[in-house]
Amino acid sequence: MTTVDTAPGGDAAPAADLPPASTRAVLHGAPPPGAEVLEAIDACAWFGDNLVLDRVSLTMEAREVTALIGPSGCGKSTFLRLLNRMHELVPSATLAGEVRLGGVDIYARGTRAQEVRKRIGMVFQKPNPFPAMSIRDNVLAGLKLARIRTDAPDDLVEQSLARAGLWREVKDRLGDAGGALSGGQQQRLCIARALAVGPNVLLMDEPCSALDPTSTRRIEETIAEIGHEVTVVIVTHNMQQAQRVSDRCAFFLAAEGEPGHIVEQGPTDVMFSTPRDPRTLDYVSGRFG
Amino acid sequence: MTAVEDAPVDLRSTTVAGDRPERARPSRRRVAVKTPTERLVTLGCALNSFLLVWLVAARLTSGMGWLAFGLVWYATFLAFTYLTAREQDGPVAASDRLAATIIGSATAALVVPFAWLIGYIVVRGAPALRFGFFLHDQAGVRPDDPATAGGGAHAIVGSLEQVSLALLVSLPLGLLTAVFLNETRSRWRRPVRILIDAMSGLPSIIAGLFIYAILIIAFGHEGELFGYDGFMASLALSITMLPTITRTVEVVLRLIPGGLRESALALGSSRARMVWSVVLPTARTGVTTSVVLGIARAVGETAPLLFTSFGLNYMNANPFSFPQESLPLFVFRNVQKPSQASIDRGFTGAFVLLLVVLSLFALARLVGRDRTGSRRRSARRRSAATSKETP
Repeated sequence: MTTVDTAPGGDAAPAADLPPASTRAVLHGAPPPGAEVLEAIDACAWFGDNLVLDRVSLTMEAREVTALIGPSGCGKSTFLRLLNRMHELVPSATLAGEVRLGGVDIYARGTRAQEVRKRIGMVFQKPNPFPAMSIRDNVLAGLKLARIRTDAPDDLVEQSLARAGLWREVKDRLGDAGGALSGGQQQRLCIARALAVGPNVLLMDEPCSALDPTSTRRIEETIAEIGHEVTVVIVTHNMQQAQRVSDRCAFFLAAEGEPGHIVEQGPTDVMFSTPRDPRTLDYVSGRFG
Repeated sequence: MTAVEDAPVDLRSTTVAGDRPERARPSRRRVAVKTPTERLVTLGCALNSFLLVWLVAARLTSGMGWLAFGLVWYATFLAFTYLTAREQDGPVAASDRLAATIIGSATAALVVPFAWLIGYIVVRGAPALRFGFFLHDQAGVRPDDPATAGGGAHAIVGSLEQVSLALLVSLPLGLLTAVFLNETRSRWRRPVRILIDAMSGLPSIIAGLFIYAILIIAFGHEGELFGYDGFMASLALSITMLPTITRTVEVVLRLIPGGLRESALALGSSRARMVWSVVLPTARTGVTTSVVLGIARAVGETAPLLFTSFGLNYMNANPFSFPQESLPLFVFRNVQKPSQASIDRGFTGAFVLLLVVLSLFALARLVGRDRTGSRRRSARRRSAATSKETP
């Protein structure tokens, strides 16, 4: 699976302006802190009788950013939703294979989807702060929804917003409606909301596709920072973005009428400079897709 | 191009802001607004067609009824409008103008009778309205006493109590049913939806009859819970309110983007928690609308009350025993009476009913208002306080 074992990036030190983990707000009922490795083993997915993903195996290392790239309709988003049990929300959806978080299968009998989703957060393509809540309440929404308690909600709001790179812009208007922010700010608010429950993994489904270049740059900086603390998996259509933010890459492809699968995976710099499969080279150099 | 000719433009190079001299900003205009001329033309068409139809109907032929006159006048007016617009601006603009005229007149046709209705009630009901109407009941008032004698306090109290009780029963039921229809995947959703639709078409007197048959006849004794009283009326009213509330809330729930539900679930929420903390707060204004519509449906209903709360001439503030008056019954019973004073009293009751409905609507809007804005202030205060504590 991991064919090349070079340590990508190499700067695993936490970002300087963040408080050290020991002074973080304490969460009760939250997942154990720290990043976890996420492994998919022969994961398959169906919608009805339609096989959309065929035997995908991928290891997403802890404290690394893994990018899933590929043309539209090749199963990247389905794979991502398989990783935190959002796939099963579609009534006709079925699956096969295993997804292991820290070595334990999240689809094992007796494992509740809610517990899995607490540990594996998700940010969606379209920013969707809860419209009936203020900025502060949006950040704390996950705690309320997942029944996690904290002694210092104000500290948690500040820390989460700071990790998402939004604190300085909103610290004077935490009571405003989340919908009053710009698109890019809303997306960072959603990242802060996902980080507040203390997940081990953060999944991002094309988080910048609805945003302007400046907001995209801010989100990418945010990803670079949180990538040191949690495992990040990001789906993107933007080749430059995959190159900028990710440590490792997986290239998905689905031939006409065939289910999607991984063509090639490996360290990002190798994937973009000397891929072994000609289709990967064609895709990353912009010749199709 | 324009009159500004400073230098020959090289089409292969770009132009930057400094290349051209600054010019004064052109004057502001507002386009796409009806001009006075257009209004005059419409007015002219109306007048012209009226005169033409009048000439034909009253002078050249033996005349026609006012309804036929109105219809012929309207058709002629539309034809004139279309033809003048076609003459001035061409066929596309003409059909546009025709459509705008039809829509405008249809709105007027709806608003005018409505305003007339309200105005009629106000004119008939207001003169006999004294402040005492809100304080006294009809005890000891004889049919030939003047319309200002006594009051309708007993009816107001009864209406408010019955509608509140009905709301207390039907709002939770309606909300739960709407959540069931929209947030679950049960196989029973379809039959339930059909049932709710059928219920909304139920004649309200059937609702009253139902309560009468299964509760009052079966278990009723005078002065007890299942005798004639306000609570029986409110049960009948809640049957008529339930489909209104359910359908309104369901439509609003369906409009809430699925992305909100997904992000709530992705945070580790259970479905019940998601509905309670995300879906229903987002639907808050819609729930308010459903309450308003439910009240509107129930507060004016007379038929379900006829053999449930029965009506009474004096104050009974206890909705759980003995008959009770309410505003629609007050109107119904007074307008039927032979004396002019009673009929006037009935119109006063109708006027007060309008006022009560209006204030209930205002109250519902006030309660269901979007609170995020008001929370902003308290949060500001909170953050100001914390920043003072930790400078």
